[in-house]
Amino acid sequence: MATSSSKNDVNWGEVEKSEDFKTLKNEHRSFVLPLSAAFLVWYFAYVLLAAYVPKLMSTPVFGNINLGLILGISQFITTWAITMWYVNRANKVHDPLAKKVYAQIENGDHK
Amino acid sequence: MSRFLAAVAPAAPAPTVVEGLDPVLNISIFAVFVAITLVIVLRASRSNKSADDFYTGGRSFSGPQNGFAISGDYLSAASFLGIAGAIAVYGYDGFMYSIGFLVAWLVALLLVAELMRNTGKFTMADVLAFRLRQRPVRTAAAVNTLVVSFFYLLAQMAGAGGLVALLLGISDKTQQGFVIAIVGLLMIVYVLVGGMKGTTWVQIIKAFLLIGGALVMSIMVLSHFGFSFNSLFDGAVKAAAHPEIAATDTTPMVPASDGSSILSPGLKYGANPLDFISLALALVLGTAGLPHVLTRFYTVPSAREARRSVVWSIWLIGIFYVFTLVLGYGAAALVGKGTILGAPGGVNSAAPLLANALGGPWLLGIISAVAFATILAVVAGLTMTASTSFAHDIYASVIKKGSVSQKDEVRVARITVVVIGLVAIVGGIVANGQNIAFLVALAFAVAASANLPTIIFSLYWKRFNTQGAVWSMVGGLISAIVLIVFSPAVSGTAKSMFPLPVDFHWFPLENPGIVSIPLGFLLAVVGTLVSNKKEDAKKASEMTVRAYTGYGAEEATSH
Repeated sequence: MATSSSKNDVNWGEVEKSEDFKTLKNEHRSFVLPLSAAFLVWYFAYVLLAAYVPKLMSTPVFGNINLGLILGISQFITTWAITMWYVNRANKVHDPLAKKVYAQIENGDHK
Repeated sequence: MSRFLAAVAPAAPAPTVVEGLDPVLNISIFAVFVAITLVIVLRASRSNKSADDFYTGGRSFSGPQNGFAISGDYLSAASFLGIAGAIAVYGYDGFMYSIGFLVAWLVALLLVAELMRNTGKFTMADVLAFRLRQRPVRTAAAVNTLVVSFFYLLAQMAGAGGLVALLLGISDKTQQGFVIAIVGLLMIVYVLVGGMKGTTWVQIIKAFLLIGGALVMSIMVLSHFGFSFNSLFDGAVKAAAHPEIAATDTTPMVPASDGSSILSPGLKYGANPLDFISLALALVLGTAGLPHVLTRFYTVPSAREARRSVVWSIWLIGIFYVFTLVLGYGAAALVGKGTILGAPGGVNSAAPLLANALGGPWLLGIISAVAFATILAVVAGLTMTASTSFAHDIYASVIKKGSVSQKDEVRVARITVVVIGLVAIVGGIVANGQNIAFLVALAFAVAASANLPTIIFSLYWKRFNTQGAVWSMVGGLISAIVLIVFSPAVSGTAKSMFPLPVDFHWFPLENPGIVSIPLGFLLAVVGTLVSNKKEDAKKASEMTVRAYTGYGAEEATSH
């Protein structure tokens, strides 16, 4: 709770304009925004296939297991994969950058 | 039909399933459960002192603990009873719920969770009103919180009614309504006594039991089919096939119109693919706009823990949905669509009936008790969120303009719990009998239309302003509600909440998402662009910096 007393003194605009903060923000956005667009496109491609070409989705692949089931389960797999990818990157890249800016504010670099 | 089912699935019970059930045994197992959870709530609530404790559990939960709690909140009756039933009856189209509910977590994880956790304190409105004008934005956000929670509550109450109807063999709607009222009163007690910490512990324990129960049942189903998914699906196809054809046609390739259609899309939405897309849209965009999910991010001490908790919940929820696929097709194969739809509780009774078919009345009793605990816990979590929002956003911030003691605020939150509980009881009685997953999807549609645009734009669009937020929140909410009210879900078909001959529907889709969600986003953009009022630039900078660094966010308090 050490931060609460000095909170009002921080020049937020200054922090926002600093190079380190811009790097932090750009790093986050340039990763999450394209990735979100990608998984949403993949999800809706799947939904549209199921809605408009159910015949294709019922193509058997192994015995009773058809293309629709495989694509459905692959949505699960991509969700888990993206989760782990994001977490890895957030821990390795995002957190150190955030800590750096945090420390600058704490030190009173932006009053 | 039932004779045929008994022939292909020897483990299936006789069609009059309720006869084999023992109401006394079921209720005893259930009562033990309620007693155990109440003790936990009482123990956990001893350290409830401040508003922070009551609302956020003192931010003292670890990532994994909170991950279990989030899964507990999310794996409601909709996920267990609703999806299993939807898959058993509608096959592949029911599977869509699992996929949408899961992929939706990526929106929450990537775009919302950490930034929200860093800027918010108690409620969703804290974040939305951070850099905009407080009164209009906070009021709209609080109203949306109440409405979304109400729709979600309806679904849980309907689930409770159906479940008890099955357990006790009560088919009479009035008696079911009485049961719903008892569940509602129990829930009020939970929340009043436990606060956020109590409900969080209930969620953690319940998530553990629910996932464990689904695991055990899935293993039993798979062992019945020699651990082969292929034979499981084969069993479901044979059970779903028309008896005459299946009896004469012994080749494994059944014509597509018979039986095997349960493995392909279209059984429910084939005639109306737009409704399927509307549902898919609401599911994937709804989660990150659900107030009771968002406030869970506040119960952890840092953004890193918020991230960890979402990762835990994505794994737990995903694995659970794989189980529901097995349970749904297992119920289709071993219980059969006709038996499920004919039982008290209807489509929502697939999972308990499957438990009965697999392990007799004991397994049925235990699984039903777990499902019941699920409903109680989710209802408690929802009520908690809604009452917090009313007390903190409307009463303390807007009506009293901030000059209110924490004690007073918590008192108002407690009164709100009672009011919401009573309203939910009435709503649950009306919604009784509808598929729970479907009802929850309506809550998702409202959340995605009314909340998500404002959440996303206030975090990612600097120009976004108060007018955009208010237009989007009010317009998204009203359009979603109006389209639901005039949809075939409410009136105009034999299965509506107000069934035929009542018919005032004119909107063709059951789920409003495909219209109301784009409208919510559009109104946010247009409202912002046509307003030339200046917002507080300093506040905007503060929000951005805090969102990315976590500077100034509440730290964990030690107990």
